Amino acid sequence: MAEKGRVAVESARPLTEAAETGTSLLLRGVKKAFADVKAVDGLDLEVARGECFGLLGPNGAGKTTTIEICEGLTAPDAGTVELLGLNWRTGAGELRQRIGVQLQETQFPDKLTVEETLRLFRSFFKHGISVDESIETAQLEEKRTSRVGGLSGGQKQRLAMACALVGDPELLFLDEPTTGLDPQARRHLWDLVDKLKQAGRTIILTTHYMEEAERLCDRVAIMDHGRVIALGTPQQLIATVGGEDIVEFAVGSSNDSPASESRPGAPRAEVDEAMLRAIPGVQSLDVEEGLHRLSVSELHTAVPRIFAVLREQGLHLSEFRTHSASLEDVFVRLTGRKLRDG
Amino acid sequence: MDSLELSSLYQLTVVRFRLLLREPEAIFWIFIFPILLAVGLGIAFRNRQPDVLQVGATTAQLTQALVTDKGLAVKTLDYAAGTHELATGQIVLLAVGANDIGAVYKYDDTNPDARTARLLADRAIQAAAGRKNAIGTADELVHETGARYIDFVVPGLLGMNLMGSAMWGLGFSIVEARQKKLLKRLVASPMARWQYLMSFLLSRLAMLVVEIMVFLGFARLAFGVPFRGSLLQLGLLCVLTSLAFSALGLLVASRARTTEAVSGLMNLVMLPMWILSGIFFSATRFPEAIQPLVRALPLTAAIEAMRGNMLQGMNIGQMIAQVGILLAWFVVPFAVSLRVFRWR
Repeated sequence: MAEKGRVAVESARPLTEAAETGTSLLLRGVKKAFADVKAVDGLDLEVARGECFGLLGPNGAGKTTTIEICEGLTAPDAGTVELLGLNWRTGAGELRQRIGVQLQETQFPDKLTVEETLRLFRSFFKHGISVDESIETAQLEEKRTSRVGGLSGGQKQRLAMACALVGDPELLFLDEPTTGLDPQARRHLWDLVDKLKQAGRTIILTTHYMEEAERLCDRVAIMDHGRVIALGTPQQLIATVGGEDIVEFAVGSSNDSPASESRPGAPRAEVDEAMLRAIPGVQSLDVEEGLHRLSVSELHTAVPRIFAVLREQGLHLSEFRTHSASLEDVFVRLTGRKLRDG
Repeated sequence: MDSLELSSLYQLTVVRFRLLLREPEAIFWIFIFPILLAVGLGIAFRNRQPDVLQVGATTAQLTQALVTDKGLAVKTLDYAAGTHELATGQIVLLAVGANDIGAVYKYDDTNPDARTARLLADRAIQAAAGRKNAIGTADELVHETGARYIDFVVPGLLGMNLMGSAMWGLGFSIVEARQKKLLKRLVASPMARWQYLMSFLLSRLAMLVVEIMVFLGFARLAFGVPFRGSLLQLGLLCVLTSLAFSALGLLVASRARTTEAVSGLMNLVMLPMWILSGIFFSATRFPEAIQPLVRALPLTAAIEAMRGNMLQGMNIGQMIAQVGILLAWFVVPFAVSLRVFRWR
């Protein structure tokens, strides 16, 4: 890792190579610690031109530190960072002109209007789209002369997006663009990102919503404790879970009182795991606090057999649900924790 | 869009203007407050017209003699009524007709008005009795502006106002932008950092023109405060003062993360100057031992220079020390804050 980093620093060749092969972003061995917390702990990433790449992980996984290192706002302790064949040490001025940035939690001045805010940001860029175009792209036409203070959360986020777009960036960074938005505003923003993808921009976004990553990203890196623990297309990652569907259930023996059945905590009846694993279509099985989680490839034939096994053992179900396998399940399988648990 | 629209320095400066003008409280503190203060002080310390003194006389003959003096208002009273009015302060002197010596004056000699009345009354009565002046005299009345309290306090208020608006204007806005992560967002864009800081100075200077014209114009029209020195130089002094306090505001704001923290710091920096710099009374009243400190404060230097210009008609060449102090307060804090400024 360190060797690769050195090569990239030493000669200009890998830079031009990166530009030619269409790599928009290249991270090698990037590390960053705050006091004694390793926020980013040896990160390698490569994002191709035109790709929408997602950094997915719980809060505190190092997503924001990673994206701020890419944006040149935080200097890494070690490793190399290249964007568009340039680096922050020698090409900062040009890079700032060519990337678009949306940060978490930026509050634009309440007393400026949407148009005034965008005009200000547009003035920083040598080239770019007009203020009108950015307003149109972000669908803020009706709010053009409204003050920022009067916008809804979703509208503020779209304004932040528009500010990131006024310079017509080749590379766009979005840090948790939909955090804190209601479902409708979130879907609205997804449509906007879709449009930007179709226009061929490279987009790098962070999120802790797996459905957002699945919906928007061509490729996803799942991060935990400053490291990438899985990397691939959402489909590839989900395939690593084993089956297309997930079955979760908890059981109690028939003579248990209902009170002791409530999860978590109280001791529960255990199912014979070998019998469950023997069911055709069951790819894997985890048990956590009495909750059995099976990944299953033939849901319609596997479920009746699971019921049959439980009946044979004289157990009854206290919980039962199934869902299509998602990135959440990938994260749970890799870390044993849920994404939202943080 | 024309080229001005595309200029980031222009846009940043215009944004500063808009944000200031859309803050009604700021308008009050910058424009209205100093005028209200000047009005209040002007009324409290106004120079009264020479008063006509109320006196009484017990005989028609005395009354006739007293009315010849324009400084006295006379009424004829009997002795009992006159004594009563004297005791209740309605008249300050009662001239009592006495057969043996002509007249007796009843008055309180610890009251300056009464003593004045005594002199005027005696002069009138003696003249009526035929006294002649030994030599001829004439009055030449002088009502000098520039020596009044309002003349003294207007340059003080001007300096105080320039300090407040420069420090709050820079310090508070910058820390607010930092707290709201706007500063970080701006730094993530290709904005030139020096332009951001420059936009504060430019908008401050533009606002300054309005601010001092409103305040000094009011002081001139309402109180006739004198401008004995060059107006151009007074303008330069105001600009220099504003730059020095802007630099100080920048320094105070360069690290603070919250508006609460910067408000506290700002008051800490300004409080000694409110007290020591001679806004309302001369700074020379403080003990000799602390005079070097008092004189090194930027507000002291600013107010001394403005008083020198407005009241004494001094030019900048005669106030090199004050100008040098202000320049130092501009250059040093500015240089330091550029080094330590926290951009995120």
